[in-house]
Amino acid sequence: MKFRSPLKNARGLGSANEGLSHWWLQRISAVALIPLCLWFVYSLLAIFAAPYGAVISWFGSPLNSSLMLLFVLVSLYHGQTGIQVVIEDYIHTKSVSMTLLLLVKGGSLLLAVVSVVSILKVAIGG
Amino acid sequence: MAEFTLPANSKIKKGRHFPAPEGSKNVKKFNIYRWAPEDEDNPSLDFYELDMDTCGPMVLDAIIKIKNEIDPTLTFRRSCREGICGSCAMNIDGTNTLACIKAISDCKGAVKIYPLPHMPVVKDLVPDMTHFYAQYASIKPWLKSDTPVSPGKERLQSKEDRSKLDGLYECIMCACCSTSCPSYWWNSDRYLGPAVLLQAYRWIVDSRDDATGDRLDELEDPFKLYRCHTIMNCTNTCPKDLNPGKAIGEIKKLIAERAL
Repeated sequence: MKFRSPLKNARGLGSANEGLSHWWLQRISAVALIPLCLWFVYSLLAIFAAPYGAVISWFGSPLNSSLMLLFVLVSLYHGQTGIQVVIEDYIHTKSVSMTLLLLVKGGSLLLAVVSVVSILKVAIGG
Repeated sequence: MAEFTLPANSKIKKGRHFPAPEGSKNVKKFNIYRWAPEDEDNPSLDFYELDMDTCGPMVLDAIIKIKNEIDPTLTFRRSCREGICGSCAMNIDGTNTLACIKAISDCKGAVKIYPLPHMPVVKDLVPDMTHFYAQYASIKPWLKSDTPVSPGKERLQSKEDRSKLDGLYECIMCACCSTSCPSYWWNSDRYLGPAVLLQAYRWIVDSRDDATGDRLDELEDPFKLYRCHTIMNCTNTCPKDLNPGKAIGEIKKLIAERAL
């Protein structure tokens, strides 16, 4: 049995005084992905059937490798902010939602690092 | 964990059938949700047939007729019967609205009437509004000002500033919008919902209120405010044609404006 006034339930633990940056960055990254996606599709078509050497030298261009890095990083960032919202919306057991959030964030970070290392490796070492 | 199935007691059974009186020519059918706490049973959908030649034009007229003439145990809230008190908010034909301003002729086929969705039911069409009202109280819905005013003087407001309250002050807190919002269904324990956020904006935008920053501080929270994903069910369903979705967007813009 819990005796709580309705107002105490409604106020809960009060405001977390955050939420703007998540909301704002989700929108900024969405806008940034419009040109990045167009560029990515255009590039994919350009190098799709090219021979190995041509693809390596394409990655060797600083502009191409930088845009590829931006595309991967912004996509992963935007994706994990979106999945975070879905988890917060639907999963109400704190232990489960926290575990999933850590997995999603950790997985995105791992993918980001692997992508950066791979792209740099091809761009510089290749 | 996420819940994928409805609890057993939410399954609605077929209820009783009350046929129209002999000789009725203009019969309309009504399916109405019934549940009482003393029933140790699942809710049921009772089926009433009314003679429209002896019934008023609105859905509220029909359920008052049912209560008066067929089944006095049918329980619902009503008061003003002209769309200004918000008491008779219920789900009619799949949309939250006020029974008193919803014309029966607008409903095709049988009129389906349920209580406001995803609220605890007290009885039949009466939902428990306790938490909703407490959330309203939590945003301090009154003028807050540290500016003293001499007794007998008014706080002046230009016509232009007054017009910023249009589309906000008309809200009657019927809860049609909040109970149509999926975010409010899943997270009403923490998310304030469209009705309360529209009311919060009504005080944020009031030129005479000087607690704007404190009000924004109180709202900037991943759950209280940012559970709104601009689904816009609120604006679609509002029986007063207000736009809570826009009001929430304006709050988000103000919070962004002071940080960026």
